Amino acid sequence: MNPSIGKGSMSTASSSVAWKAGDVVPDQFPAGLRVLVVDDDPTCLVILEKMLRTCLYEVTKCNRAEIALSLLRENKNGFDIVISDVHMPDMDGFKLLEHIGLEMDLPVIMMSADDGKNVVMKGVTHGACDYLIKPVRIEALKNIWQHVVRKRKNEWKDVEQSGSVEDGDRQQKPSEDVDYSSSANEGNWKSSKKRKDEEEDAEERDDTSTLKKPRVVWSVELHQQFVAAVNQLGIDKAVPKKILELMNVPGLTRENVASHLQKYRLYLRRLSGVSQHQSGLNNSFMSPQEAPFGPMSSLSGLDLQSLGVSCQLPAQSLATLQAAGLGRSTSKSGIQMPLVDQRNLFSFENPKLRFGEGQQQHLSNSKPINLLHGIPTTMEPKQLATLHQSAQSLGSLNMQVNAHGGQSSSLLMQMAQPQSRGQILNESTGSHVPRHPSSIGQPIMSNGIAGGVIGRNGISDNGRGTGYNQVPPTSSMLSFPMNHTTELTGNSFPLGSTPGISNVTSKGAFHEEVSSEMKGSTGLLPSYDIFNDLHQHKSQDWELQNVGLHFDASQNANPIQGNLEVSPSVLVHQGYSSSQRSGQNRNASSLGRGMFSGVDSTEQRNTQSGGQHLNNLLIDNSVRVKAERIPDASSQTTLFPEHFGQEDLMSALLKQQQGGIGPAETEFDFDGYSMDNIPV
Amino acid sequence: MERNHLPRHLVLQRQSLFDQGLLDEQFIQLEELQDDANPNFVEEVVTSYYQNTSTLIVIIEQALGTSPLDFNKLDGYMYQLKGSSSSFGAKKVKADCTLFREYCKAGNVEGCMRTFQQLKKEYASLKRKLEAYFQLARQARVTGTASRPK
Repeated sequence: MNPSIGKGSMSTASSSVAWKAGDVVPDQFPAGLRVLVVDDDPTCLVILEKMLRTCLYEVTKCNRAEIALSLLRENKNGFDIVISDVHMPDMDGFKLLEHIGLEMDLPVIMMSADDGKNVVMKGVTHGACDYLIKPVRIEALKNIWQHVVRKRKNEWKDVEQSGSVEDGDRQQKPSEDVDYSSSANEGNWKSSKKRKDEEEDAEERDDTSTLKKPRVVWSVELHQQFVAAVNQLGIDKAVPKKILELMNVPGLTRENVASHLQKYRLYLRRLSGVSQHQSGLNNSFMSPQEAPFGPMSSLSGLDLQSLGVSCQLPAQSLATLQAAGLGRSTSKSGIQMPLVDQRNLFSFENPKLRFGEGQQQHLSNSKPINLLHGIPTTMEPKQLATLHQSAQSLGSLNMQVNAHGGQSSSLLMQMAQPQSRGQILNESTGSHVPRHPSSIGQPIMSNGIAGGVIGRNGISDNGRGTGYNQVPPTSSMLSFPMNHTTELTGNSFPLGSTPGISNVTSKGAFHEEVSSEMKGSTGLLPSYDIFNDLHQHKSQDWELQNVGLHFDASQNANPIQGNLEVSPSVLVHQGYSSSQRSGQNRNASSLGRGMFSGVDSTEQRNTQSGGQHLNNLLIDNSVRVKAERIPDASSQTTLFPEHFGQEDLMSALLKQQQGGIGPAETEFDFDGYSMDNIPV
Repeated sequence: MERNHLPRHLVLQRQSLFDQGLLDEQFIQLEELQDDANPNFVEEVVTSYYQNTSTLIVIIEQALGTSPLDFNKLDGYMYQLKGSSSSFGAKKVKADCTLFREYCKAGNVEGCMRTFQQLKKEYASLKRKLEAYFQLARQARVTGTASRPK
């Protein structure tokens, strides 16, 4: 094969070089290979730098992993290969490896003074393309370019296989691969393969030739779409082909998706180790409802459950809601308990949600969020579920929710049945629900998101988030149970937040749920009573609530991320004050979104514990989700009924959130979503 | 390399560093990396190594003073020291690092303390001899070899 490593005739090498559009001077390769070296030991860094320079590579040194990551992010195509030490003070080398693999898909070589088999194995399982033992000799560095070539070649193959681009040329390529060195192939290679940046290619990257860029850069948006698709399919059933279809991104190959999925799974595994304990709780109860949801991966699902569960939704409202969508309906009411657990679910879900932000779309499509308006039942999450049901129109909303959790939200939507969970929200009001669907969806999302968020917080905020319980007062106002606000402190809140929720009661089953959510898991309920009163007048408010909830599918991106935009519930509250109508809600939702994070304050919910039986299913929608945090906010939410200024609410919620939500960003460091936080 | 130009006594001195096991072939790699473009590469690396190691030794000493011993942390520091020593070519120091880490894993306080003292001695000895060598080499450069390119 390439006989000449960078020197002279590298027909083969040159072919790689020549990839770039045409005939590039192959002789240079692998000279000019852009290497990033990361090691906290300055002596090693200096030595490595010198060695790499001697190999004619372009070297950038870095002694901290964080700096290395930001360098890589700022300059996505600025490096060809990364060499990193395993043991570093600020970040584990393997973690860095994962990040790089997921975000930039560059080959990474691990280095260590340890030569134990376990460590080497760890490197392999985390995806390192090579492992060097210190002291590193220059001979070992001379050949690192092979990893770059190999990766490119594989990418090419993917591209070819996907048939995305070049067709004719491609065929040649495979054969060429074999003959790497044959000059005849080179010609083909050059034209067709445009392997961009083999080494100094900077320009090539754009894929001048017909072939598309072999390397796919998983941007935040793309990754979100990916996560959404995965969540929609269900993490267990997500196969690259289907994901690819769902994502519908031109130029993306199945192989790209497959390798990304692999990395994503590793990432989730890591996270789940953290959140599993949390989700475990929820899962238990949610299961009845959740079933439809599937693994609560998507928060939305959780929310629903919480809604359904906790909501004791007024029979009618719940029933309606449930019937509408969830199908589970009323059963939820009894469940209220799960709310708490739900939260956990959510938290677990969060990770998914995050990714699933894109999923929101799913939700909206399918199911109208049965916003249980008035389902006061503590169904926090469940209420939301109910909401789904009624919220046919909510469907869109659900989407949003889904987006977050991807799954959960979709659950909401689709689940309509599961809705009973918490979604009840919309159901009761049914009619208006459609309006809120968006809002409802949001709540779900929020739930989902909250879930996601919760995930972070660990507090199954989901339950809270479910505040979605949009208990839309008959008017279709999803009046999300602002209860989310309940998250706020759940206790006092639960109702307060749902001022709208009170509407619910008026409308239908105003679920305290919202509050229940908040209480989420805990005891917001106590305050529900208070809110109930509020709610009653609020029937309209619900509408607002919803609005808030829908934090919008658009938020999707956010929601999971850190504060789950979901705070819609928060917004919802806000909406209250302003117009309680959906209009407001929307704002609220946006606010809520942020708030949602606040919702995370589910912690607060816990205090609520009593709240479970919140009748007012305040559809905390978003707020709940984060509700954890919100509990504090909840106090504010009480204000809602009085048309609390959204801003105030938001800020309150946000404050709370900030404390709690700690977006998961850390995990992935994806710009969009902080997956890292997921595990909370 | 310079070696060719070194006066005999320097050559012998240098050789003894290897013979005594203070340095290993990694050091030769470093020397080979030095070229006209980086004439002082070896010295730069040596200086960096000294600084790094001195700091680490102080930190480790402090950590050893606390009670109970945090073996994880100590292992971490030693890992660093081992890495730089091996990259530098400090053979004996590297061996002491490895031994220290073994004791850490075993939770053997006594062993850690003892090994650490030994490590400090080895490092001091290496430093002393290397400095002597470099000094002579510098002198030889100044006084001697006209053929020295630099």
